[in-house]
Amino acid sequence: MSNEAVLHGNVGVGHSHDAHADHGHGHHHETFITKYVFSQDHKMIGKQFLITGMVWAILGGLMSVLFRLQLGYPDSSFPWLEDILGKWAKGGHISAEAYYALVTTHGTVLVFFVLTAGLSGTFSNFLIPLQVGARDMASPLMNMLSYWFFFMASVVMLSSLFVETGPFSGGWTAYPPLSALGDASDGSKTGMDLWLVAMALFVVSQLLAGLNYIATILNMRTKGMSMTRLPLTIWALFFTAVLGVLSFPVLFSGFILLIFDRNFGTSFYLSDIFIASVGALPNEGGSAILYQHLFWFLGHPEVYIILLPAMGMASEIISTNARKPIFGYMAMVGSLFAIVVLGFLVWAHHMFVTGLNPFLGSIFVLMTLLIAVPSAIKVFNWLTTLWRGNIRFTPGMLFAIGFVSLFISGGLTGIWLGNSALDIHLHDTYFVIAHFHIVMGVASMFGMFAGVYHWFPKMYGRYMNHTLAYTHFWLTLIGAYLIFWPMHYEGLAGMPRRYYDYGNWESFKQFLELNRFISTVVIIVFCVQLLFLFNFFYSIFKGRKVTTLNPWGSNTLEWTTPIRPGHGNWPGEIPEVHRWAYDYGKDGQDFIPQTTPVGDNESHH
Amino acid sequence: MSMFFTIAVIVLVFLVIFQIAKASEYVSVLKGEEKSRAQANKLNGFFMIAFLVLGLIGVYWCNKLLFHKTLLAREASSIQGERVDSMLWVTLIITGVVFFLTQIALFAFAYKFQENPKRKAFYFPHNNTMELIWTVVPAITLTILVVIGLRNWFFFTSEAPQNALHIEVTGKQFGWIFRYPGHDNNFGKKYFRVIDAASNPLGLIWQDNAGLKLKDDPATHDDIVTEQTVYVVKNRPVQFIINSRDVIHDVGLPEFRMKMDAVPGTPTTMWFTPKFTTKEMKERTGNPDFQYEISCDQMCGNGHYSMKGVVEVVTQEEYDLWLAKQKPSYLSAFPPAEAKPAAAAAPAADSAKTAKATGAAATDKTKI
Ligand code: HEM
Ligand SMILES: [Cu+2]
Ligand SMILES: [Cu+2]
Repeated sequence: MSNEAVLHGNVGVGHSHDAHADHGHGHHHETFITKYVFSQDHKMIGKQFLITGMVWAILGGLMSVLFRLQLGYPDSSFPWLEDILGKWAKGGHISAEAYYALVTTHGTVLVFFVLTAGLSGTFSNFLIPLQVGARDMASPLMNMLSYWFFFMASVVMLSSLFVETGPFSGGWTAYPPLSALGDASDGSKTGMDLWLVAMALFVVSQLLAGLNYIATILNMRTKGMSMTRLPLTIWALFFTAVLGVLSFPVLFSGFILLIFDRNFGTSFYLSDIFIASVGALPNEGGSAILYQHLFWFLGHPEVYIILLPAMGMASEIISTNARKPIFGYMAMVGSLFAIVVLGFLVWAHHMFVTGLNPFLGSIFVLMTLLIAVPSAIKVFNWLTTLWRGNIRFTPGMLFAIGFVSLFISGGLTGIWLGNSALDIHLHDTYFVIAHFHIVMGVASMFGMFAGVYHWFPKMYGRYMNHTLAYTHFWLTLIGAYLIFWPMHYEGLAGMPRRYYDYGNWESFKQFLELNRFISTVVIIVFCVQLLFLFNFFYSIFKGRKVTTLNPWGSNTLEWTTPIRPGHGNWPGEIPEVHRWAYDYGKDGQDFIPQTTPVGDNESHH
Repeated sequence: MSMFFTIAVIVLVFLVIFQIAKASEYVSVLKGEEKSRAQANKLNGFFMIAFLVLGLIGVYWCNKLLFHKTLLAREASSIQGERVDSMLWVTLIITGVVFFLTQIALFAFAYKFQENPKRKAFYFPHNNTMELIWTVVPAITLTILVVIGLRNWFFFTSEAPQNALHIEVTGKQFGWIFRYPGHDNNFGKKYFRVIDAASNPLGLIWQDNAGLKLKDDPATHDDIVTEQTVYVVKNRPVQFIINSRDVIHDVGLPEFRMKMDAVPGTPTTMWFTPKFTTKEMKERTGNPDFQYEISCDQMCGNGHYSMKGVVEVVTQEEYDLWLAKQKPSYLSAFPPAEAKPAAAAAPAADSAKTAKATGAAATDKTKI
């Protein structure tokens, strides 16, 4: 019922005339604008998120190349840098201002625009209706708005790169007072205002999107698709949305207070401040630490917002390509749920050295190490899924396996950091950089690549080139470890993060050579990503055509749609679901799609 | 020039890879999709095991190259640090074992169970015993780590011992200011509105100020204020009472395995007991330039990377000698000729208040 209503209310594609959807003349009012720009088709919106995310990934990646150049070659000069950065790289040498602006924008953009919008935005949009069996989202209009709010956020963030005083440069976590006081740093002037506006728009986008995802999953499942028959991708995307909806508003409130402190003379975060250039400030009685609580109340769930979609897709892709059911489906759902609940109770592990009450700190230690248990369960279940499988190394599968490897490596160092007594030593060193880049940055990126390679045939009706994909995978996996593994050692030497130059430090200048090595690998790995980019766009137009409905032999519903589904997804009735999504290798059959009714003599497990 | 060259090489490499990729696609059409897929599968399966083996060698090699550069390679310089190090080792061993077992399983399974038309995948959707085991075992292991960790945590955050030296540390963009309580062993009051960057960088209240309703606090008159280098005593606990004058900074002491934020408006504390003098460390490390560096560990602006301080660990005698030579900053601001005799006489009298006052400063630390 509701499924049909959604479509009729908006685009008017009914199943009756959907046979023509491919040719575009089935619905007279579908113009270029409504089809590609202000589209309300969840598939198109998913692609919009993906491509915008890719643009940001390139920009953010390029920024990291630039600041790694500084760390690897602090004493060399690159005249071409002055050509592109102007006054920010006088004499071919990136200035400290520019370095910090690049680091900050890199962090913000990758965390929020690439790995949140680009990842969950893409796949929630693309997969939720297709895998639960719906014609579109609960509210296609809200869905479209969520993309356009993200787009506006992108435009504002981009514009902040070009203001006179530079973009915000106080780190992606934007701690006040530094972020509140333009007099403390040029980056905290106009650049910070724009940063805040962009982030506020982004939060709106996330809330619109998240509510929609939740409503769709809860209300628009096709007949027979009970919650326990949902593919794990959908469970993961569901929990991701729940995390976002509950935690983004808290971040928003933190930003509002910051905006007040910056512009309207309040003292939420400010107290007892004397700035060398302007003297004592009038503010008294605020708490700088309050912001950190508000920020990390989102900040920690945010890392799971980034990770869960990757976990869900890895589960789905590993099971499909191991030709074996995911091991412990209920445990997988349960551990996702545990991660969501505990994810809200660990935020202060980012604040062990802020002067936090030691007793409170100990509670957060307990909760933090507790969250490692569901993480461990997931890893063991993935391993068992591979065990005695019959594995097909599709590009998606390779990236899913890489994801598991990275998640293990980075998750284990979380156990170090979560123990406050060790975190005192390791906090804000390169050890933390290594931890979160491996477990969140690269691992989720791998989840995203896995998803793109796996669902590209559904998105564009063509395959990506596999040889390029294999090259991309192996070089990226090796490169990621070469970049981030040695950083643990830097961290164990106490080397602080966010340093522009280590030359004056007796304890840290010993790592110059290592930094140079890392920077070199960064450049290579960045170039390898261009390979992916090229493959992606080339294949959209020239890739090998998909000729079968179900190229990976997968059980889930999206593969029952036409090769190039129109708006509305299924030309006829939405199929009914009779079983869970993981009947691979059951009773000697390679796979049994969810739409196949349960046979009389089928075995029970 | 070299720039063009680099770009040209990159483009060339791209073209080659692309041509190979195209060609392989044509070949696969000619050979038949199934066959070429099987070949690719074999190749990737082989890469899986190769990656595992080379990766393990890489881990070993990286460790060999870099381990001696880390702080774990030498004894910690504080008694707190010893505990951190032993905890690091326990954690390293536990997570290390899990790391090797799971990574080996992952890549070995991928290799071993690569597609083989003769084999059928094993339908194995769940097994309660196995799942119970790998819930309970990690939970117990983590409990052990939590117990070790919290015992240390409560020790590190406990009150500083009675005989501890108390020193106030204040961060500012971009440097460190230190204050010693002077003869009265008592930190005088300060207020940020009377800060004068040159003569009174901490805003000590050493004058009546009717406008701000402040009364001269005689306890400030013997306070010693220095910048950049702080002197502490070997084998004697030292407590830092940490403040910031502008934005958040962080007193990072990697050699002592200690760290604490400096937050404007909210004082924090940290204490530790140094084990080796700076001179001893020069010998132990064989580095004549060795310093106990204070690194600012919280992003505080564009000069963050240069915000360095130095801890000089000396013996008690050397410390006393050094301290005797320091002049209270009150005396620099108001050279004795001008200073009121009454005020100058005050300090010696109120050493009785000492212990209480510093104790109060110490407990002032934790607001959340
Ligand atoms: C096994 C579970 C994990 C534990 C116990 C853990 C623990 C921690 C702790 C204690 C910190 C703070 C370190 C510091 O700043 O000193 C931290 C930082 C971080 N973690 Fe994790 N973590 C875990 C898994 C993850 C996962 C799965 C993600 C992301 C998907 C993640 C992302 C991050 C990020 C982004 C930071 C750094 C934020 C910043 O300071 O910029 N962690 N982790
Ligand atoms: Cu966290
Ligand atoms: Cu700093």
